[in-house]
Amino acid sequence: MKWQRWAIPASALPVLVLLGWGLTRDARTVPSPLPGKAAPDFRLQTLKGDSLSLTSLKGQAVLVNFWASWCLACRAEHQVLLSAAKRYSDQGLKIVGVVYEDSRDNARAWIAERGGDWPNVLDVGSRTAIEYGLFGVPETFFVGRDGRILYKQIGPLDSAVIERWVPKLLATGGSAASADTFAEGRSAGHVPTRRP
Amino acid sequence: MNGVIGHGATLLALLIAGCGAAAAFVGGRRGDARLVAWAQRAGIAVCALVSLAFLTMQRALVTHDFSVSYVAQVGSRATPLFYTVISLWSALEGSILLWALVLSIYTAFLVRWSKRHAEPGDPQLAYALGTIFIVNVFFLLLISWPANPFRSMNPVPPDGPGPNALLQNSPFMGVHPPLLYTGYVGMSVPFALAIGALLAGRLSPNWTRVIRRWTMVPWTFLSLGIVAGAWWSYEVLGWGGYWAWDPVENASFMPWLTATAFLHSVMVQERRGMLKTWTITLIVSTFLLTVLGTFLTRSGVLASVHAFTQSPIGPFFLTFLALVLVGSLALLAWRSEVLQSEGRFDAALSRETAFMINNLLFAAFAFVVLLGTMFPLIAEAARGVKVSVGGPYFSQMTVPIALLLVFLAGVGPSLPWRKGSLELLRGKFRWPTVAALLMGVALAVAGVRAPLAWLTFVLAVFAVGLLVVEFVAPTQARHATTGESWGVALWRVCRSNPRRFGGYIVHAGILVIAVGVAASATFRREQEWYMAKGSVEPFGPYQVGLDSVWAQHESNRDGVIAATTIYKNGEVFTRLYPRLNYYKSAVEPIGTPAVHEHLREDVYLVLMAYTADGSHAMIKAIVSPLVGWIWLGGGIVGLGALFALWPGVGKSQPRGDATAATPRPRARSVSEARV
Repeated sequence: MKWQRWAIPASALPVLVLLGWGLTRDARTVPSPLPGKAAPDFRLQTLKGDSLSLTSLKGQAVLVNFWASWCLACRAEHQVLLSAAKRYSDQGLKIVGVVYEDSRDNARAWIAERGGDWPNVLDVGSRTAIEYGLFGVPETFFVGRDGRILYKQIGPLDSAVIERWVPKLLATGGSAASADTFAEGRSAGHVPTRRP
Repeated sequence: MNGVIGHGATLLALLIAGCGAAAAFVGGRRGDARLVAWAQRAGIAVCALVSLAFLTMQRALVTHDFSVSYVAQVGSRATPLFYTVISLWSALEGSILLWALVLSIYTAFLVRWSKRHAEPGDPQLAYALGTIFIVNVFFLLLISWPANPFRSMNPVPPDGPGPNALLQNSPFMGVHPPLLYTGYVGMSVPFALAIGALLAGRLSPNWTRVIRRWTMVPWTFLSLGIVAGAWWSYEVLGWGGYWAWDPVENASFMPWLTATAFLHSVMVQERRGMLKTWTITLIVSTFLLTVLGTFLTRSGVLASVHAFTQSPIGPFFLTFLALVLVGSLALLAWRSEVLQSEGRFDAALSRETAFMINNLLFAAFAFVVLLGTMFPLIAEAARGVKVSVGGPYFSQMTVPIALLLVFLAGVGPSLPWRKGSLELLRGKFRWPTVAALLMGVALAVAGVRAPLAWLTFVLAVFAVGLLVVEFVAPTQARHATTGESWGVALWRVCRSNPRRFGGYIVHAGILVIAVGVAASATFRREQEWYMAKGSVEPFGPYQVGLDSVWAQHESNRDGVIAATTIYKNGEVFTRLYPRLNYYKSAVEPIGTPAVHEHLREDVYLVLMAYTADGSHAMIKAIVSPLVGWIWLGGGIVGLGALFALWPGVGKSQPRGDATAATPRPRARSVSEARV
């Protein structure tokens, strides 16, 4: 049968097209429905004992950073946050740490050792972590002045991510929805820590 | 210097492999034995040059020559020598270098074999050599360009990060990848032989036998490599499991399935001249699946725990895959007339039928695994959603197939060729059926309430019983006629047909694995405690006591070790030391579980976390019944394959025999004569 001679090799084409298309994708990108949406609000107690809510920071660019004292990757990331705070705080960048699955004493000792003057709130019962769909720590949400999440980083921040997203974050408008949102964040080579 | 030698050797090898391919194809077309002889020489030269490149890389690693890019990537002065040596295959470029080495060694063996057993002018051989050279060219192209491990570093770093922490954590990494690669890469040889036959337009019975023998060797290594990988996963990863249906695991398993199907269907082809197209399709698919598997897991198309860092080799692999896939499909479609069946099925109740069902099951198994592996990609292309396909899909789809295969592993060998009679089968099936029924009742009485596990055990006992009958009946006959002692009679019977009885030993090994998998997956228990130093927690029949937690510094890592004592019936059963290791190249600690191994059940402890003052620790304990049977079964499979491959008396073939048109008359074993 003549047609078989062509049909059989041709049947490989769809598979090859699929694989070729696959090459243009990054399998490790973890999608999240959150970027582009309003950041879930929270009202939690800070390590110092005051109360802090996300709405109280409305109109400002905020990094909501989930961390824990038992998380090793958070230690390296803390240096990145310290330098980001130093560089961008006078331009209006706020950082809020959310302590995940940890005790107040451990978190306080950790901050006392490593520095950082931004507020850290204690997420008792992990309610906020659930609202944010946390994979593990560290994870950071870039919340714009309009209260929407511009970008989500899974795994530790590095200076390249800061340089790329913080200027965009500071440029977000007061209430207009930003079109330039992006779901990214790689767990490449770094599986987010879960509490054992 | 190392970089220059290594890169130079790969470039020269690439050139020679290219010339070898050209010489082989032209020589085959013209029937020019001299050109083919040049191709044979080229094969030896490629092997020598790739070995030189490999040894140069090894020297660069051992002497910490950080001017070589790969050494700067995976080397470290603090890494112990053993791990420095095996770090050669701890990252992408090095693993492709290992691949090229194994391939070139196979090529050299193929050349050596062809000089002894084939006419150099034989087009089948010439085209086979040409095909394997093309595969060589592809991998040498990868290591000379996109995945070049010999690039020079400027400035030269003083030290490196050391190999992947998981690799440094267990000596198993010295065994598992080389075994697996020897199996995986070796599938190129039967592929080349099959393509040679298709291109030459004939497939002689002897050529089929040659392909089968060249498949047996990589099949054995692949089997051992897969079991060693499962064992590594069990001993290192700390989850107490050994198989997770990860894309890389599937990539090694799919070619194993199709190669296993091939090894069965080829027997039908040899005996009856049937299923030729199917058999050749299986061997071609096996090679295609190795290339596809490597592409899927090395190009970043699928996410996997094994995936190496993103690399630019994806498009290269895709091009190669497209070439091989379209080329071999076209050949199969255009040359199918040379693969016409000679025999016909005589009866439904025959060994041919068992082989047919076996092949359908293996093909279905491979398809199910392939679909599950590719599904995330298909789903994203079709619906734009990210999905992951996990254990439940694979278990649901593969367990019924696996159970049928367990059943066939015993029944198949009991069926005679052509046509079986019910009377004969009644005799053979009597005792195994009784044994299986007794086992079923005993398990039910003992309280086994998991239907799938129960069924696996009963079927395995039945199948092992049938295999035992296959050994006992001819031994009995020989003992009765020759008066030899039982042991001598058994040995002589087995050696009279090593392929047949080796195959049965392999079947027994697979059955042992099946029992181990069913038991450990069904009856595994685990528990976790936050324990204070000195406390004891009950765990089934055991008690787990935490004695102390301390830290220990080693050259390449820092370890935190928990000392525990396991008690049973109030007495000390064993002491275990699970630990967490901190490596320079890893952000997170890597655990080393401590395992008390026993054929009945393993006790497996993991140190999950600890307090800095060493007063408390989080300990996870797992009990896996019969998990050791999987490794034992792997060993039996290896022994059986070795037995089948071991050259026996009268096995050496005269020169030119491989291309002879008529098959040699086969010595019939006592058992076959009886049947």
